[in-house]
Amino acid sequence: MSPSVAEQLLQRLERTPPGPEGGLCSLEAAAALGLDHQTLVGAVKSLQALGEVIEAETRATTRWELSAEGEEVLRDGSPEVRLFHSVPSEGLPQSDAMKLPGAQVGFSKAMANKWLRLDKGAPGGPRIFRAVSTVQDVVQNSLRQVQEGNGDSLSERERTDLKRRKLLLEVTLKSYWIRKGSAFSTAVVRQETDLTPEMIATGSWRKLPFKAYNFSALGLPPTCGHLHPLLKVRSQLRQIFLEMGFTEMPTDNFVESSFWNFDALFQPQQHPARDQHDTFFLQDPAEAPELPAGYMARVKKVHSQGGYGSQGYKYEWKVEEARKNLLRTHTTSASARALYHLARQGKFTPVKYFSIDRVFRNESLDATHLAEFHQVEGVVADRGLTLGHLMGILQQFFTKLGISKLRFKPAYNPYTEPSMEIFSYHEGLKKWVEVGNSGVFRPELLLPMGLPESVSVIAWGLSLERPTMIKYGINNIRELVGHRVNLQMVYDNPLCRLDS
Amino acid sequence: MPTVSVKRELLFEALGRRYTDEEFNDLCFEFGLELDEVTSEKDIISKEKGEGKAEGASEAVLYKIDVPANRYDLLCLEGLVRGLQVFKERINLPRYEKIIPAEGEGQKLIITAETVKIRPHAVAAVLRNITFTKERYDSFIDLQEKLHQNICRRRALVAIGTHDLDTISGPFTFTAKAPSEIKFKPLNQSQEYTASQIMDLYRTDSHLRHYLHLIENKPRYPVIFDSNGVVLSMPPIINGDHSKISLKTRNVFIECTGTDMTKAKIVLDIIVAMFSEYCEKQFTVEAVEVIYPNGKTHIYPELAYRKEKVKPELINKKLGISETPSSLAKLLTRMCLSSHIPENGNNIEIEIPPTRADVIHACDIVEDAAIAYGYNNIQMVIPKTYTIANQLPLNKLTELLRLDLAAAGFTEALTFALCSTEDIADKLGMDISATNAVHIANPKTAEFQVARTTLLPGLLKTIAANRKMPLPLKLFEISDIVVKDLTKDVGARNYRHLCAIYYNKSPGFEIIHGLLDRVMQLLEVPPNEENGYTIKATEGSAFFPGRCAEIFARGQSVGKLGVLHPDVITKFELTMPCSALEINIEPFV
Repeated sequence: MSPSVAEQLLQRLERTPPGPEGGLCSLEAAAALGLDHQTLVGAVKSLQALGEVIEAETRATTRWELSAEGEEVLRDGSPEVRLFHSVPSEGLPQSDAMKLPGAQVGFSKAMANKWLRLDKGAPGGPRIFRAVSTVQDVVQNSLRQVQEGNGDSLSERERTDLKRRKLLLEVTLKSYWIRKGSAFSTAVVRQETDLTPEMIATGSWRKLPFKAYNFSALGLPPTCGHLHPLLKVRSQLRQIFLEMGFTEMPTDNFVESSFWNFDALFQPQQHPARDQHDTFFLQDPAEAPELPAGYMARVKKVHSQGGYGSQGYKYEWKVEEARKNLLRTHTTSASARALYHLARQGKFTPVKYFSIDRVFRNESLDATHLAEFHQVEGVVADRGLTLGHLMGILQQFFTKLGISKLRFKPAYNPYTEPSMEIFSYHEGLKKWVEVGNSGVFRPELLLPMGLPESVSVIAWGLSLERPTMIKYGINNIRELVGHRVNLQMVYDNPLCRLDS
Repeated sequence: MPTVSVKRELLFEALGRRYTDEEFNDLCFEFGLELDEVTSEKDIISKEKGEGKAEGASEAVLYKIDVPANRYDLLCLEGLVRGLQVFKERINLPRYEKIIPAEGEGQKLIITAETVKIRPHAVAAVLRNITFTKERYDSFIDLQEKLHQNICRRRALVAIGTHDLDTISGPFTFTAKAPSEIKFKPLNQSQEYTASQIMDLYRTDSHLRHYLHLIENKPRYPVIFDSNGVVLSMPPIINGDHSKISLKTRNVFIECTGTDMTKAKIVLDIIVAMFSEYCEKQFTVEAVEVIYPNGKTHIYPELAYRKEKVKPELINKKLGISETPSSLAKLLTRMCLSSHIPENGNNIEIEIPPTRADVIHACDIVEDAAIAYGYNNIQMVIPKTYTIANQLPLNKLTELLRLDLAAAGFTEALTFALCSTEDIADKLGMDISATNAVHIANPKTAEFQVARTTLLPGLLKTIAANRKMPLPLKLFEISDIVVKDLTKDVGARNYRHLCAIYYNKSPGFEIIHGLLDRVMQLLEVPPNEENGYTIKATEGSAFFPGRCAEIFARGQSVGKLGVLHPDVITKFELTMPCSALEINIEPFV
């Protein structure tokens, strides 16, 4: 088997002296091996793919070649010489001479060289005569030099002239300067791309060289599904509540009566939150068909006349207001239902409850507010709970969320007293920001339900969206929630680890 | 939460010391206020109307302070300063005194029977020998506006009128007349108008037009006259120009009319308590006799002080502190609740002043003790409440299914529960009446007309918003839909749905079908007729004919799957074929 082009090239390269200058020009090598340059370039590339066998540096070389017209001149002589030889000693009528091939160029060049003379007054019209006896075909000689590879010996002027006459072409050739590589060897061994079952079966992998991997490139992304970032945070918050022993409350009713949403929470019927302005009321079903009669009577009394140690709000409480259906404005309505259910069990048992679900507000929308969002709520009911207990449990809860620096501000909530807004120090913003709301449920809320007087209920709430936006640095809530979500953001979202 | 703007210089002058913004912010935080913004009139105007308009406006620093919605006694500079000075023990809370004039010398307000149907309540008082300055006057007007916007519920419950008593002469009559019979020159107008003309005049007024609806459709409008027939006011819309107060006014007649007696009394108490500070005899108010249609009379303002007794242990127990009774009494006194321990007594005796109408229960007193003690000084304790956690079964199933749907290569979407009727009906080729949807009465835009009855539109809209993403798009959502249900106490209920969608150059029914098979496998429902699941050809308006099947599980229809109808695809502004699956997962809990 005759040696391959690559092997021939390597053998040739072997003979070049070592050192930084030692090497081969691909053009010269191709000429020496009698190969087409492209074939040699193919061999260079295949050797490069083997790794460090050779080093090849690209170079651009300029070369002169004859054009088709130049080849003709080389064969037949330049047009001016040909015209000169066509003119006999008695001369030639100009009109006849111009019919000869190439006569236009030949005439002007021969005239310029003063080889011919034109007699305009000759009988029978203008006539051409030889002006010298012999001529040298300089153009043909020059072209022959180029053809023989000595184009460089021509002067710049000569070359420019020939180029202008379109006899000579300047050709740029991409070539390689080839040197021995660090793993130089004259034997060509093909490297395997990857391990195959056959190699494992035959054990051939033991002897085979393998092509190096490019570890700086990225891998192929797996085809997979993704969980939504906000709901990942929801899962973590559920996890936190479960770790703390909290039981999940049912919240699967977006539609709520004003009674459970407001009245049961001791929120008076003239409260601004009960305005059309802030709350989505329902057209259909506009009213709740069923309210708990006995409990409702106690709620009515505590609003309008007071009781349980309270002065009440002293206004005319209307059942029509309580019946009005709405989309719940907070999940505290669900907490009220859960506490009412607890009170009706008879013997009181301490509970810890939580919920995370959607709530709705008919508010003006902006980059951080939507008409619906998720509320996170925690409730503890036990005998003898204090404000200190509320702060203690909040400290534990928020530490699990990755927020440990807390302080508490007195606030007002219609259904809690004392009430506290929860602030945390934001390292990025360098200020205290509100992260939640909390308080102790009012007796006017708990006692009509039938809970024992000794029982205190502490509770807190926060939105799911706000900590999520802060955690992931999202400025526009629409990129996170709703159909305008950026799916790429969902695809790229990392694990949710709130405490790190 | 109401916001009160006060000039920093005036505030510090009244507080008798200066604070840095940060120090004042900390004081606010401790007291339950919030220093919302440090600004100036010039800043506000240039923010709202552009820099050009702000030229020449005052650059004096303004503090915008958020006040809790139930603390009407902190809605003006006078009240804020009084509250903070008492809190810091620099002054004692003044005692507000009602002076009842000698028989025949006091002012009278007669309420006629005509008011019953429109605005039945009225109370009144007089501030004698008051001295206004520009700042005091502005604060007086501003407080009325703050009260109107908050406790008065935009004048629906109570409307306040203040008058220069020296321009009018009692007794005054509060009555209701047909709009054509009321004629007077309204405040700051140059001519007289009838009541009907006044309504037209203010229809375009940026401020007053919001109150017109309160009386507009009534046959009679409320009106207050003096003994000469001069109109004092037409509540709750506008006062008369005749009796308007000015910086020179020395005696102010204040009337509060409304539909809520309790709130009218509170509002009057607040105004007189705040501004009696500037009367010659500080903190005194001259009472007015109100005569009811039934002939009964009552003296206002009430300015009632209420006594409460609270056990010191209760406060300590509710807060988790252990203070002595006298120290607790001192804490409460700092919150404008003058308290003491009577000799031989165990309880703290607390006097609730007329300015603290928010204190209606012992728990309110407990909170004030906590504020004065300092919330952040209370020792944190972890409750010993021992409980075992439980997940709600429906949510537990949802969480598990979410993970496995993502593992099956589908990406989770989170779409809105509210949408337009078009989304759940027209766009899916259905009539809205067939959806059994819950309708919202007061949506601000079409996006909030109904609660969704299906998750499909939300997922289709999610794809439409992400058309530039590489295909295929595979999405799912497990969330609640809402339908009317008269067997429920509120007449409606949620159902937990699972919806998945496949969007690509080919419909990929087999992919969605495969996902159904996988979901059923996860739920341990085998593919058979008896106790498992089957799918049967059906028609659905959202699906391409012949490419829709109903899903039955354990003999019950749970949903549908199929290739979406090209009309549905087009209506959601999509261009590729699409298959979808939607089931109710509640039978599998």
